[in-house]
Amino acid sequence: MYDNRVSGYLYIAPFLIGLATFTLFPFLASFLLSFSDYQLQDPVEQARFLGLGNYTQMAGDDTFHGSLGVTFLYVFITVPLKLAFALFIAFVLNFKLRGIGFFRTAYYVPSILGGSVAIAVLWRYVFAGDGLINQVLVWAGGEPLNWLGEPAYALFTVVLLRLWQFGSAMVVFLAGLQNIPTDLYEAATIDGAGKAHIFFTITLPLLTPVIFFNFIMQIVQAFQEFNGPYIITGGGPLKSTYLLPLMIYEEAFKYFNVGYAAALSWALFLIIALFTIIAFASAKYWVFYGNEREDGE
Amino acid sequence: MASKADIAEGATTDKSRGGGVAKGRVLLRGVTKCFGAVDVIKGVDLEIAPGELTVFVGPSGCGKSTLLRLVSGLELPTGGSIIIGDRDVTLVHPSERGIAMVFQSYALYPHMSVAENMGFGLKIAGLPKPLIKEKVAKAAEILQLTPLLDRKPRALSGGQRQRVAIGRCIVREPEVFLFDEPLSNLDAALRGQMRVEIARLHAKLGATMIYVTHDQVEAMTLATRIVVLNAGRIEQIGAPIELYRHPANLFVAGFIGSPAMNFMDGIVEAVETDGVSVRLNGATLRLPRHDAAVKPGAKVTVGIRPEHFRVGPTPTDMDHDQAVEFDAIIDLVERLGGETLAHLRMPSLSDGVLVVKISGDVPLRIGTGLRVGVRLAQCHLFDADGRAVGEPAARAVVAA
Repeated sequence: MYDNRVSGYLYIAPFLIGLATFTLFPFLASFLLSFSDYQLQDPVEQARFLGLGNYTQMAGDDTFHGSLGVTFLYVFITVPLKLAFALFIAFVLNFKLRGIGFFRTAYYVPSILGGSVAIAVLWRYVFAGDGLINQVLVWAGGEPLNWLGEPAYALFTVVLLRLWQFGSAMVVFLAGLQNIPTDLYEAATIDGAGKAHIFFTITLPLLTPVIFFNFIMQIVQAFQEFNGPYIITGGGPLKSTYLLPLMIYEEAFKYFNVGYAAALSWALFLIIALFTIIAFASAKYWVFYGNEREDGE
Repeated sequence: MASKADIAEGATTDKSRGGGVAKGRVLLRGVTKCFGAVDVIKGVDLEIAPGELTVFVGPSGCGKSTLLRLVSGLELPTGGSIIIGDRDVTLVHPSERGIAMVFQSYALYPHMSVAENMGFGLKIAGLPKPLIKEKVAKAAEILQLTPLLDRKPRALSGGQRQRVAIGRCIVREPEVFLFDEPLSNLDAALRGQMRVEIARLHAKLGATMIYVTHDQVEAMTLATRIVVLNAGRIEQIGAPIELYRHPANLFVAGFIGSPAMNFMDGIVEAVETDGVSVRLNGATLRLPRHDAAVKPGAKVTVGIRPEHFRVGPTPTDMDHDQAVEFDAIIDLVERLGGETLAHLRMPSLSDGVLVVKISGDVPLRIGTGLRVGVRLAQCHLFDADGRAVGEPAARAVVAA
């Protein structure tokens, strides 16, 4: 019995060590540091306790306000677009066609690569002044655009990179679509519903648990986006792509203000938590769980 | 393609649909269906009269559900034509065929209330709300669903769900109701209850119904006529009792009746005008048959239903021409309460074990001997191709 317990803990030790080192410790440390003026180049002992100083600084920090605005804009644009796009592709890939397995794989591949640094670098070249996109534009008779130099276009390129990573949401949607019994579609067909009608009255309502799951995941991920703006635009031009995670990174590792960066991290954490709570609270009005029994039954 | 208004009108006044006398008739002409290289339905000709409750029955994979789906329009036939009422509906959209279907899984829309489920088709057809409400209320009353109209399907029992599925059909006022194994998901007690309800509903509505099942009790009790299917072909069509008493072939004989008919291999010894003598393992039976188309020496199969064996002395009003008795050894006993299934070895009839259904109060011990009798008129005879041989003399007795 005792031996079993020891070997059991040994088996899960790698996970526990990883969790403690890379999640719990930074989580607690950043919380403590957020109340200090700790500078990366100094020993920790020199850090002074500031109380809520970092948080009050945030309230008057225009860079933070700008970054927060861009982050909200980014989240509000990318989350609905990505969900709609992923659902659309999942819907198409749910048809019973010859070689559908190949297409499902082919459409999933970009999202495995999509979040990587390599693709972000590729993105920078594709949207560069003499990049592929501009070459195609010129070939088609259009004017080349300054994708990475114009604030509006720059945000667009970063948004587009996020949409390109639709795969994981798509796979979840696809599983959700395949979970809807064919009988329901057949019953609706006999009832005289057309394809669009069936989609909006049968498919979408039954898919709401999956939409909800993807919605939460996408909100959390979008608020944390770092690779795209860091590599493609560096947050510019004119801080038009200066998302909060990028600001946190620069505060900590460019300006060495780890205390302030930690406070910014906690602000981001609280914003994400708030949005998640709001989403969960709203769920009872629009998410339908088919197998859940009504009260009193 | 019918317009929305046409459909709405069809749903409102079914008199217009399908024409006059043939309303509710279903006609299948040379219907075939292939899925890729697999022939699932191999040429089916069938006429279902208005108001009939026809049951498609057969083993798994025989094509009975596919045939129903062809009638519904959820599948299109590879060849042949389908006529409902006076209209050829072979290529007509399911919603415009004048059919409604009850699915095995009920197929209720889980996010809609009972009333919304039942009124969904009418809403799509563009009927005014008060009319939908009226029709739903009427159907709910027939099915005793009125107190449940605001509930979601998840708050209903299996039987209630199936009634909602039937209600969804009733409001459409179809020419033909299609049932695809509707009771398979219910427990035995509920199944029996729902079977009676469907029979009552059929009597009340008088509508044409096609009912698919693999359960022969459902088939026997519900059907006006049974269509026995096997490997994509119709084996026999007839009233339930007709199929039971006069199976056209070995397949139907073995499929209809529970427990299944006992089969014994034999050789024809002699053929006379009113009888055929068949040599079995150790005995010769002289089966009364008129105009039997078999020759002496031909291989045949004799079939005896378990319930046609009798334990105890042969009634005195029967002579040796009418009944025979055999010695048997009891191999296994299954007591069902009211009756008992005895698995017997009867070397004079067969090398195998024969099942005999007898009264539950007969004392039986495994390994002991037993004497069982059978009326020769109740024995079935099949030729080497499995076809029933001759006009069974028992028919006259049964008809009387």
